[in-house]
Amino acid sequence: MMSTGTVPAADPTADTGVLLSANGLRKTYGTTPALDGADFAIRPGEIVAVMGPSGSGKSTLLHCLAGIVPPDEGQVRYAGRELSALSDAERSALRRSDFGFVFQFGQLVPELTCLENAALPLRLAGTRRKEAEAQAARWLERLEVDDVRHHRPGQVSGGQGQRVAVARALAGMPRVVFADEPTGALDSHNGERVMQLLTEAARETQAAVVLVTHESRVAAYSDREIVVRDGRARDMSAMAGAV
Amino acid sequence: MSISHALLGLLETGPRHGYDLKRTFDAKFGQDRPLHYGQVYSTMSRLLKNGLVEVEGIEPGEGPERKRYAITDAGITDVQQWLATPEKPEPYLQSTLYTKLVLALLTGRDGAALLDVQRAEHLRLMRELTRRKTEGDLADQLICDHALFHLEADLRWLETAAARLDKLAQEVRA
Ligand SMILES: Nc1ncnc2c1ncn2[C@@H]1O[C@H](COP(=O)(O)OP(=O)(O)OP(=O)(O)O)[C@@H](O)[C@H]1O
Ligand SMILES: [Mg+2]
Repeated sequence: MMSTGTVPAADPTADTGVLLSANGLRKTYGTTPALDGADFAIRPGEIVAVMGPSGSGKSTLLHCLAGIVPPDEGQVRYAGRELSALSDAERSALRRSDFGFVFQFGQLVPELTCLENAALPLRLAGTRRKEAEAQAARWLERLEVDDVRHHRPGQVSGGQGQRVAVARALAGMPRVVFADEPTGALDSHNGERVMQLLTEAARETQAAVVLVTHESRVAAYSDREIVVRDGRARDMSAMAGAV
Repeated sequence: MSISHALLGLLETGPRHGYDLKRTFDAKFGQDRPLHYGQVYSTMSRLLKNGLVEVEGIEPGEGPERKRYAITDAGITDVQQWLATPEKPEPYLQSTLYTKLVLALLTGRDGAALLDVQRAEHLRLMRELTRRKTEGDLADQLICDHALFHLEADLRWLETAAARLDKLAQEVRA
């Protein structure tokens, strides 16, 4: 399922069942403190919502967790490894083999068909074309968009494109799915359907999901939430029922 | 909700015994709060007195559940009127949440913490309803969605209040 990259194998549950953890994360852009403290741990199969006002640092947090942006301070540990201790090549190999990504506007490659788009992570991880497309086709079917598999992204609706993007994120059987406003471009009915399909698939494959959203009805598909305010991320799971 | 109108409306689909009325009501509208038998019988005797239902037959045995009720023409008119009258939208101006927040600020307590705890509690319930919705049929989905949209509105208010907390604290203490 993983370790197709050059990353040394490690026991993913070495840290008492923790898959991904943040420790004292800080990130400043120029003089803007985008992230000012994040400490939490995510287990396999957990769906964690990241909420908070616009500009509070949610995307920055997600980018740090996924190893896309290096934090100024603090550590991100994934499967027992510290991301900053890896080389750039190792980090991108890890992202390809273990992580899946869904962004607000899908970010599909316009020149490729929906099927080729969904198969892309598998192809990049070295799976042969036929096998990669067969697997991708199953995910397109699961996301209820197999009828547009030969269309290009420009020829499908926003909602269909978003489902293709979710299929693409899941096709590589990632251990962690990072989703930044995955339903931002959809109406509430379609958005919820995508969330339902995404969380169902994640629970089945025991993938963890980090879900940035400002919509509470979307966050309600998660197991718990982290709220970011002025760059400070707080785990809210202990809050409910505290009164 | 007007339980008597709901029961009356069910009777318009055909005569029923008291226990049958309760069962049908619970299945269709009861959700978390099934009716007590007592509620059904007190409602039925009131509707009887007002001429909106009549007793069509009584099975042998004891107790009011043996009565079979039928709706009268006056009852049908009453259902028609109820359905045709829009519900008064509830503006929730006397929100408990708002009162609690202002009192917390007035007494020098932590308003942000109060909002956080409430927010988490709202999301907890929203998760539960979402789970019920994904496992349920269309009726469950619509019922849960109605609750979810209201909770969402509350949550948005909680966010708005959190964003303006400092200013609110100044105003209520002035
Ligand atoms: N690449 C960048 N260069 C400079 N500043 C940045 C960069 N990325 C983010 N920021 C700043 O960091 C802060 C946090 O931004 P971030 O994108 O993490 O917020 P967000 O919570 O995702 O907001 P939104 O809900 O609007 O997407 C903002 O003030 C933003 O302007
Ligand atoms: Mg963002």
